Amino acid sequence: MEKLEKIYVWLSVGILLAFILALIYASVILAVRVPTDVGQIVPNPGESLASATMRTPPFDQPGVQEMAPGKYKVVVLGQAWMFNPPSIELPVGADVTFYGTSLDIDHGFFIPNTDVNMMLLPGQVSILRHRFDKAGVYRIICHEYCGTLHHLMTGTITVK
Amino acid sequence: MSAIVQAQTEVVQDPKHFELSPANRRWILWFILFGFAALAFGVFQGFVQGLNYAGISLFSFLPGMKTYYEGLTAHGVLNAFIFTFAEANGWLSLTTARALGRNLNSRLLALSFVLLVLGTVFAGIPIFLGKASVLYTFYPPLRAHWAFYFGIALAVVSTWIISAAQLWALAEWRKEHKGERIPLMAYVSIMTYIMWDISSLGAASEDLFLLLPWSLNLLPGSDPLLSRVLFWYTGHQIVYYWLLPAYVSWYIFIPRMVGGKLFSDSLARIAFIMFVVLVPVGFHHQYTDPGIGNYFKIAVLILTFGIAFPSLLTAFSIMYALEIGGRANGGKGILGWFLKLPWSNPAVSAQVLAMIAFLPGGITGIMNASYNMNLLVHNTTFVPGHFHLTLGSAVTLSYFGIAYWLIPYLTGRKLALERVAKWQPWVYFLGILIFARGEISGGILGMPRRTALAVINYEPLPGWKLAGALTGIGGTIMFIGCVLFFLVIFFTLIQGKKMESTGDLPFTETYLGAAPSGWQLILDKLSYWVLLSFILIALVYGPFLLTHLPPKLNSPPFQGF
Ligand code: HEM
Ligand SMILES: [Cu+2]
Repeated sequence: MEKLEKIYVWLSVGILLAFILALIYASVILAVRVPTDVGQIVPNPGESLASATMRTPPFDQPGVQEMAPGKYKVVVLGQAWMFNPPSIELPVGADVTFYGTSLDIDHGFFIPNTDVNMMLLPGQVSILRHRFDKAGVYRIICHEYCGTLHHLMTGTITVK
Repeated sequence: MSAIVQAQTEVVQDPKHFELSPANRRWILWFILFGFAALAFGVFQGFVQGLNYAGISLFSFLPGMKTYYEGLTAHGVLNAFIFTFAEANGWLSLTTARALGRNLNSRLLALSFVLLVLGTVFAGIPIFLGKASVLYTFYPPLRAHWAFYFGIALAVVSTWIISAAQLWALAEWRKEHKGERIPLMAYVSIMTYIMWDISSLGAASEDLFLLLPWSLNLLPGSDPLLSRVLFWYTGHQIVYYWLLPAYVSWYIFIPRMVGGKLFSDSLARIAFIMFVVLVPVGFHHQYTDPGIGNYFKIAVLILTFGIAFPSLLTAFSIMYALEIGGRANGGKGILGWFLKLPWSNPAVSAQVLAMIAFLPGGITGIMNASYNMNLLVHNTTFVPGHFHLTLGSAVTLSYFGIAYWLIPYLTGRKLALERVAKWQPWVYFLGILIFARGEISGGILGMPRRTALAVINYEPLPGWKLAGALTGIGGTIMFIGCVLFFLVIFFTLIQGKKMESTGDLPFTETYLGAAPSGWQLILDKLSYWVLLSFILIALVYGPFLLTHLPPKLNSPPFQGF
């Protein structure tokens, strides 16, 4: 190969490796997490997936639970076209673990301007952690298309 | 010292002579025109969608249009599937035929064309009746009318038939040219289709074996997660099926059109091999999905950066050719050559603007692929902002540019409305810059995509209004750019001046040609690369399928659209 080609090739490889290293740094050192595989909800014979979901902990109790001082578990169910619960209240500094799933079709659970961004899929369990350090009203948006009234599927989190 | 061997610097078998048969010419022209017709319907919906983000709900007033999502499904299916399939089918049939010096089987071309038209009709009717507003990703348990899934399947089969016609021609060519290197122009065209054959298997099997039978009530339910995995197995690679026909033009035609030459034959082949080998990256569309372990997410993260590499190689080859061309035209200094490119030729300007749009397109793609960044922008308007720079500009503008010389070549008529044609790429380009600025900044501020934003019941978040207005304005300008293009093509077809002869295709020569012996021979062993691709696919998708099969068909259908 020509010299020029070689320089360019190694430069490209170097840049891409640097990107990969930066991402490994973000996931290992900064602990940025995405949802992963934690097992799925399986209905009994004859039972519908929705009823299996509603009896499977933690989805039998949608809403906020304080697990330890300052640590919260927020369980959310998506269904066309609302979140259950539709509005959530949390104290400033709350360290929240969200548990989400869907009762019918694919939905999304997204809080703009944060890294809370996960899909809610029927039969699957999405888990994400986030600390709410700033007071205010946060909007929850369903950001996975879910039919005619998809754009009305929102909720709020009030942090005070 | 390495021996200097005589290299073949031509990219086609017989550079002096080729006769395109009337039947090949006819079907190729039909493909090209049919694709643009689909695009014309599609971009009108795009215009409506841009306005939606500007807060104007034009979609509520369109006759026969029930919801925003009906139009959006049409936009996605017509633009992303029908337009791109039709153009690739026609364009890469032509390049293969020319390069091998033999026409493709015209019965296969005809069959492929008919299937694509039927597919469009079958998928299109339920869409416009509001019975398939499932968007072009058609995730179950949203369930469309069976005709929709059937139509999509026909459209995919039509692309496989083109691949078969290409491979057949290659086999025949090989019989007569034992031991010779495959002409570069045929190589890149055929590799594009081989890549797509392998890549389309996921969504095709989802569509044929899970969704179509389910829509006919032959299966008890759907498996939402498995469907998404199969869809995105194809869904990422399809972007290369969109893009590589443009690369074929950039590698093989643009160098000649700007007065330069392609730098290296081998480098071009290596880039295409990488696209064939690095197929399994689809999980990177599913970073935020549950039910998929970190092994998969990290593996595809690394492979995704790997697949950025052949595009960097392409950037190198193309810039090199452009610079040679610009300097030959008297351009001086570090950037002076750039101004000396043949800007007044719309076939060139459209494609150079396409390349420029591809820079921010590629960068936003890498941002998307970085999974921490993905958490901020996944399913926001950042994503359509990104892919209108790539698919919506790099690819679409390239097809505009190709059409400016290809339609005269195919019809024997000179381009009409030349002044309009000169302006057209700039109008579209200006539009996309404004549009992408709106969509991308809106996405960073959390503006969701695929949302009838004009009719939401909450106050838009700070910054959305400006972002949405830019989207609407930019989208309108893009739409005007498209209308100008359609006018040029329309008038060329009906009143373009007849030309004496159509000449040959404007393919380039190479500096470093295809070596007749040495290590480069392995580049032409297509089956090795296909095998390698399947091994990598097995490593990435195998563990998922092993743990997830058989499908869990327990999600009942949902038709609330
Ligand atoms: C006049 C030019 C165009 C305009 C104004 C336009 C506008 C838009 C807008 C605003 C969206 C986002 C809609 C939403 O998320 O709700 C969108 C989505 C999309 N556009 Fe375009 N577009 C244009 C041309 C194109 C072209 C040329 C292509 C491809 C060849 C294309 C392919 C797509 C695809 C695949 C989607 C995603 C659809 C989905 O999310 O289901 N668009 N377009
Ligand atoms: Cu939803």
